[in-house]
Amino acid sequence: MSAVRCIDLCKTYRQGDVDIKALDHLTVEIEKGEFVCLMSPSGGGKTTLLNAIGGLDIPDSGEVWIAGERIDQMSKGELADLRLANIGFVFQAYNLIPVLTAQENVEFVMQVQGVSSAERRNKSFAILEEVGLKGLEGRRPAEMSGGQQQRVAVARAIVSRPELVLADEPTANLDSKTSTELMELFTELNEHHNTTFVIATHDQRVQAYAKRLVRMLDGRIVDDVEQHAA
Amino acid sequence: MNIVLRLAWRNLWRHARRTWLTIGAMVFSNTLLVFMISLQFGMYGLMIDNTLQVFSGHMQIQAPGYKDDQKMRQVVPKVRPLAAHLRQELGTDLVSARGWAFGLASSEERSYGIGIYGVEPEFEARVSNIPGLIAQGRYLEKEDASEIVIGETLARNLRIGVGDELTLLGSGVDGSFAAAVVNVVGIFNSGVREIDRNIAEMPLGTFQEVFYMNGAGHQVVILAPDLDQAQALQQRVEAMLPADDGLVVHGWDALQPGLRQAIQADMSSAFFMYGILVILVAFSVLNTQLMSVLERTHEFGIVMALGLRPGRLGRLVMLETAMMGFIGLLLGALCGALFTTWFTVNGFSYPGMEEMVANFNLPGRVYPRATLLTMFAGPLVVFVFTLAAATYPALRLHRLHPVEAMRTN
Repeated sequence: MSAVRCIDLCKTYRQGDVDIKALDHLTVEIEKGEFVCLMSPSGGGKTTLLNAIGGLDIPDSGEVWIAGERIDQMSKGELADLRLANIGFVFQAYNLIPVLTAQENVEFVMQVQGVSSAERRNKSFAILEEVGLKGLEGRRPAEMSGGQQQRVAVARAIVSRPELVLADEPTANLDSKTSTELMELFTELNEHHNTTFVIATHDQRVQAYAKRLVRMLDGRIVDDVEQHAA
Repeated sequence: MNIVLRLAWRNLWRHARRTWLTIGAMVFSNTLLVFMISLQFGMYGLMIDNTLQVFSGHMQIQAPGYKDDQKMRQVVPKVRPLAAHLRQELGTDLVSARGWAFGLASSEERSYGIGIYGVEPEFEARVSNIPGLIAQGRYLEKEDASEIVIGETLARNLRIGVGDELTLLGSGVDGSFAAAVVNVVGIFNSGVREIDRNIAEMPLGTFQEVFYMNGAGHQVVILAPDLDQAQALQQRVEAMLPADDGLVVHGWDALQPGLRQAIQADMSSAFFMYGILVILVAFSVLNTQLMSVLERTHEFGIVMALGLRPGRLGRLVMLETAMMGFIGLLLGALCGALFTTWFTVNGFSYPGMEEMVANFNLPGRVYPRATLLTMFAGPLVVFVFTLAAATYPALRLHRLHPVEAMRTN
């Protein structure tokens, strides 16, 4: 069973008087445990595809299947439950909750999932240590560097061991050292936990870690190649 | 503490000044409501007590239909033994029997139609202020004496004083002619013009003899220790009445419908004003929470992307509002309690109040009546309206689209 299956997806945005085709009859299938990079120039449709896969945006037509379940016809609430249970998100701008500490940000999603207090605490400490933030658990986002915030965001995304992690330009605001550390962390999770990664990026360094490169242009896939990761 | 609670609490203080301003509005309105409602209830209590203690008591036992159409023949049989029995069974002296007749009171110079009450001199002072309001002479002393006390206005109208004789003419319970000559032994001044002009009191024994009552009377007046106990006491009295006499017990609100209507009218206008105050506070909360939600649209988009249903986000907004409302409730009730307590000791008055309240037989200073109800009714209503005001911003989150929300800065 595929981790992700998109069939003939179309999505058009209206910008002023102009219609922009973000997805143009796009079909793609991603197997469980794959490490996929979506590459395209700005406006190529990779974020739109990522949003469609994550159930954040509904395509105008076509089908989206996640772990054998069709999601493009689900209600808002069902999509929220699907994301909570199966998908981890990492955003370009970290998007942490500013009034919560690093540990609370990580725990927040688990609390919504109904994980017990003790388990939340143990898991959050463990994952923050895993992403190299031991000792910074009590800091709020404003008290951390960009790299540290992105690690918290990654910890939040993977703490519940989701089957699928969607990352939109995760290294865009990071220096090269932190980017490398982050990608190594992704690679490790992919290899050890068989987590499927779909990463939308411009970053050439990120592409080097991918096992599969999907190049997009004007909402269509123009190239789809397997490669050996660095 | 639960993370959602922590999140809600910290969200409140992102804009501490705005939160305090909103809480300040709640505290102000709650303090005002606690004080005003306490003052209002204190005033009503005084109005009721002062009015009822003058003459009508908290309840009266009467023959059916007597209240609406006072006829001599609608009697309470063996009225004095009944009153004595109630005093014994209830363990209180605040019970007194009365008879009533309409008659013509004539002095040497003038005649006036008045209401003549036969009262038990020993017990009347326990249920009515009139014995204590004797301005000249003395009150009635003996059950069978041919004496009478009259109001100051009536005495002036009849041009008589203490020691003068008064001729009474009327009809007895059987329709026969009733007449008596009695001595004026006292003149009272109740402060209520109607009473001072139209009422005279004579001993019940003499009254029964003059009007051929055959031991009957027209009322047994009962005063409760305080207004709060009147309802329960009335139920006890009703249970104690002889079933075969068909007597009824009327509460104060039935005996004094004008008083009840005056209170209801005053309450309506006061609660209208309170309603406006509460709505103003609710709009202040609506503004704060709507701003708060709009400012956090991006953040809400993120948590929705992470898997939070809009309903949970709505509950978060409601939780934040409830926390804010609860602080407002506690501080408002506390300030209101302190403010009101000071006035319950020192009383409340303002220029011109004395003249206004005299119409209701009230003293110049009013003491607020602080109870759990007056302390918390207003703040609880504000709390409920606060929550109601937050439902719009909370429901608005259902329309939020994660991608669009995350694009918002």
